[in-house]
Amino acid sequence: MIQGSNMAECHPVGFQWVMEAKARGATVIHVDPRFTRTSAVADLHVPIRAGADIAFLGGIINYALSNEKYFRDYVVAYTNAATILTEDYADTEDLGGVFSGFDREHRLYDMESWRYQGGAVRPAVGERSPAETRAPLTAAEMRKVRRSGRGEAHGSGGAAAHPDPDTDETLTHPRCVFQVLKRHFARYTPEQVAEVTGVPAETFRQVCEQVTANSGRDRTTAFVYSVGWTQHTVGVQYIRTAAILQALLGNMGRPGGGIMALRGHASIQGSTDIPTLFDILPGYLPMPHAHGNEDLETYIAAETVAKGFWANTREYMVSLLKSYWGDAATAENDFCYDYLPRLTGSHSTYETVLAQVAGECKGYFLFGQNPAVGSANAKLQRLGMANLDWLVVRDFTLIESATFWQDGPEIETGELRTADIGTEVFFLPAAAHTEKDGSFTNTQRMLQWHHTAVEPSGDARSDLWFAYHLGRRIRAKLAGSGDETDRPILDLTWDYPVAGPLAEPAADAVLAEINGWDSDGKPLSSYTQLAADGSTACGCWIYCGARADGVNQPARRKPGREQNWVANEWGWAWPANRRILYNRASADPDGKPWSERKALVWWDADKKRWTGHDNPDFIADREPSYRPGKDATGVAAISGADPFIMQADGKAWLFAPAGLADGPLPVHYEPQESPFPNLLYDQQHNPVREILASPRNRYQPSGGQRGSAVFPYVATTYRLTEHHTAGGMSRFLPYLAELQPAFFCEVSPELAAERGLEHAGWATIVTARNAIEARVLVTERMRPVRVAGQVLHQVGLPYHWGPNGLTAGDAANELAHLSLDPNVHIQEVKALACDIRPGRRPRGPALLDLVRSYQRRAGITAKTGTEA
Amino acid sequence: MGVRTWIEGWPVYRQFSGDDGLGRGAAAKSRVTAGLAPRTRTADKVVKSVCPYCAVGCGQNVYVSGGEVTQIEGDPDSPVSRGRLCPKGSASLQLTTGPQRRHRVLYRRPHGTGWEPLDLDTAMDMIADRVIAARRQGWQDEVDGALTRRTMGIASLGGATLDNEENYLIKKLFTALGAIQIENQARI
Repeated sequence: MIQGSNMAECHPVGFQWVMEAKARGATVIHVDPRFTRTSAVADLHVPIRAGADIAFLGGIINYALSNEKYFRDYVVAYTNAATILTEDYADTEDLGGVFSGFDREHRLYDMESWRYQGGAVRPAVGERSPAETRAPLTAAEMRKVRRSGRGEAHGSGGAAAHPDPDTDETLTHPRCVFQVLKRHFARYTPEQVAEVTGVPAETFRQVCEQVTANSGRDRTTAFVYSVGWTQHTVGVQYIRTAAILQALLGNMGRPGGGIMALRGHASIQGSTDIPTLFDILPGYLPMPHAHGNEDLETYIAAETVAKGFWANTREYMVSLLKSYWGDAATAENDFCYDYLPRLTGSHSTYETVLAQVAGECKGYFLFGQNPAVGSANAKLQRLGMANLDWLVVRDFTLIESATFWQDGPEIETGELRTADIGTEVFFLPAAAHTEKDGSFTNTQRMLQWHHTAVEPSGDARSDLWFAYHLGRRIRAKLAGSGDETDRPILDLTWDYPVAGPLAEPAADAVLAEINGWDSDGKPLSSYTQLAADGSTACGCWIYCGARADGVNQPARRKPGREQNWVANEWGWAWPANRRILYNRASADPDGKPWSERKALVWWDADKKRWTGHDNPDFIADREPSYRPGKDATGVAAISGADPFIMQADGKAWLFAPAGLADGPLPVHYEPQESPFPNLLYDQQHNPVREILASPRNRYQPSGGQRGSAVFPYVATTYRLTEHHTAGGMSRFLPYLAELQPAFFCEVSPELAAERGLEHAGWATIVTARNAIEARVLVTERMRPVRVAGQVLHQVGLPYHWGPNGLTAGDAANELAHLSLDPNVHIQEVKALACDIRPGRRPRGPALLDLVRSYQRRAGITAKTGTEA
Repeated sequence: MGVRTWIEGWPVYRQFSGDDGLGRGAAAKSRVTAGLAPRTRTADKVVKSVCPYCAVGCGQNVYVSGGEVTQIEGDPDSPVSRGRLCPKGSASLQLTTGPQRRHRVLYRRPHGTGWEPLDLDTAMDMIADRVIAARRQGWQDEVDGALTRRTMGIASLGGATLDNEENYLIKKLFTALGAIQIENQARI
């Protein structure tokens, strides 16, 4: 099942494996609003309305549950289906589309009522305030913590939950998760799915039958998604819906199963593992919050889970602090925990842009990133940059974010004048991947090392060089400072060896720090060696072992043809070089593979160890029959039959008792801007989606609201094989510019007729933010869908373009708004209501007049679209 | 050149006499073509690398001659990609060696109407000064009575095509400076 991804187009070389599977008999289904290169080679293409995937997947869940097509043995043993919820929990079924705990005034959920029943209740991550250290958080403080979201903190495991809740393995207790799930999804009938998603009932039935027939003991089904799922106000819940389905069908932790996120940048997985993200530290440790994480003890108390490997948060955190502050970090000073800055809410890139516009954020670094065309509501991004004191752009060439002050669209409209823009801009040329050592982490969590082929020329330097030498200069300038606030930067360990005429820091030495060492400086080989007493240092606990025995493991390149199909000796995957996560679930509770055909790892009773084709993602010598005592905690509390070792209860979560800002179960809500009312619930939108209201970020009316007919179509953004994201690495190359020479929009012949659009002519696409022009591609690949009895036309917009480069064009991101998923603060660019009209857009101030005329016609005010 | 050689050098003759009836291969090959060798064969060294575009992580062989990258090919050893590259990966020679690449620092002063040259050392020194000043200006020791020890004066965006080691140093440096608005493409 490929859904929310055009894998053949965007990950073509990875797609060879899908074709190989198809050649061996696999059925390939592609669910997508557009008929694409992936659809062309799939067995079945399912055209769906953009923004309706939860309804579609919820329908499959309902089919599996009501037709007894789930994998019962797996569900009972490995998921929380049997877990009983408290009487306080109320579902969207009971409350008209919201869950219990909803605070409409503050647009936040109190998650207390979603918890498991039984014994003492452990609160969710970031919400514990131990009475022994301080008073409980006030309601206002708690809201600040919740607004941070910190969803990425669950990038390698679930939130805190009761480790040993009450259960009913017959799955009949009315408050057990299984029964709650059944009731919750009962309304996702094939008829409703057809009405909401536009997928004909017969096509939907085919998908249900294929997916369930190809799951179970002998067969597995895999899901593939990309940003077609994440870039929504309910993006995380899209993936949650797939996770529920895959857990019900027994497809997690097994070969040929899983839910694969295809990531679009060479090391975007690595950029999350070792984050440059506001809400996490390396290894998914949450960034401290000003409330509830006041000191190391409160942090550990709040962020530690009683059972599983997140019970060792103290070991991971102290080892990180040691790698940051070395000898200065001691037990007496809480290992310099106080040197860490604190959050007080969401500080994502979108809040930052508003802070730039407001004049609060003065300096900005761009490392190979082009927000002037690459971020949602591109105009707002440029206005933020035009209001800085200084901007540093590190890139290969003069991207739009480097030249907005000179030739940006606002110069033409008269909104900005070059001489009025006070931003000081430094353009620093960057080194290419061929000009530096380092590791990328690919979409399967695999680190691969690339080696320096040649030195960069001129002023071009690696970002490693830039970060290291900038830090060195700042430290030199601040040396001798008596200011207490300068201690964290002066006490920082910053002594990397440099080599060559450019004084390039050794990337391998940085990897050594990431991997970690013991008190003798010997490299660690596993995160299980990490200590809480300060005797180990480790820059990213999940990467511990990447340089085991002092060997650069990501640089391993034993040819694939000389290995088994898992190819464990090529590169290195976190954690502990395990290639399929939670693979203990590929064996039954007794440790035997569910079937020989699907064997991956199993218990070797003679050797008393787990073994198999992959490295077992389990405690190597824990017998399947092991059951922890009542008082057991941490790793000792993991039962021999609990495969989900990063989860607080060892189970796959059908119901998420903690960790999600917008509900324990997925719900179909309409996108921020939709031509349709929500046919499934009274609640139109995700009630806790993040709204960033600004005069430059107006929202449109939706559903039955007055004025929504002004924007009757739905636009969705996407990529092409020949270009890369916002185009900084493709629009400037002759080969790629020639292969895809112009920005275009894809429309159906029906829409072309309705709006008078001519193939190869021009069209203008308008939202409440901006208007852009594109060449028209009239194609039957765009199919009108029937939703709620009406025909809906969708518009496809590749988002690679901008004004600079060998192929120039308007940026699709001009149209997008900032309404974000509340868990991970990601923008909704995959379903935008819009209008389309023939001809080019106006030039100069007339462009602003056009957008204003649409706002007027739709009756848009500061309040429009901001309701909970 | 003998008559026989002359006749046998004629593509149409070779087309009819050999295995290449349609004249799309050996029959159409000229002597010049036959004498060509791929630049990969004469490279001084082959350096192992990874494609910098999407996250599939295709293996690349980087060919270097005379201190210059002369070709980038897919690495047949890779169990991920088995030697293949897509159009973007195949264009990475142009990405890394093409004329679009800038090699000099450029500076635009406040309210300036054009770029000016600036040497790298001066640029680094100016940036360090600005970081220190913006950090101070945006410093928040406390917010609403709670300790924050942070600066809201500096932000950063980027990192999804950077190396893990680069991201590690960026996060470490900015965190020690107290900056929290440190983000990358993964948010987007």
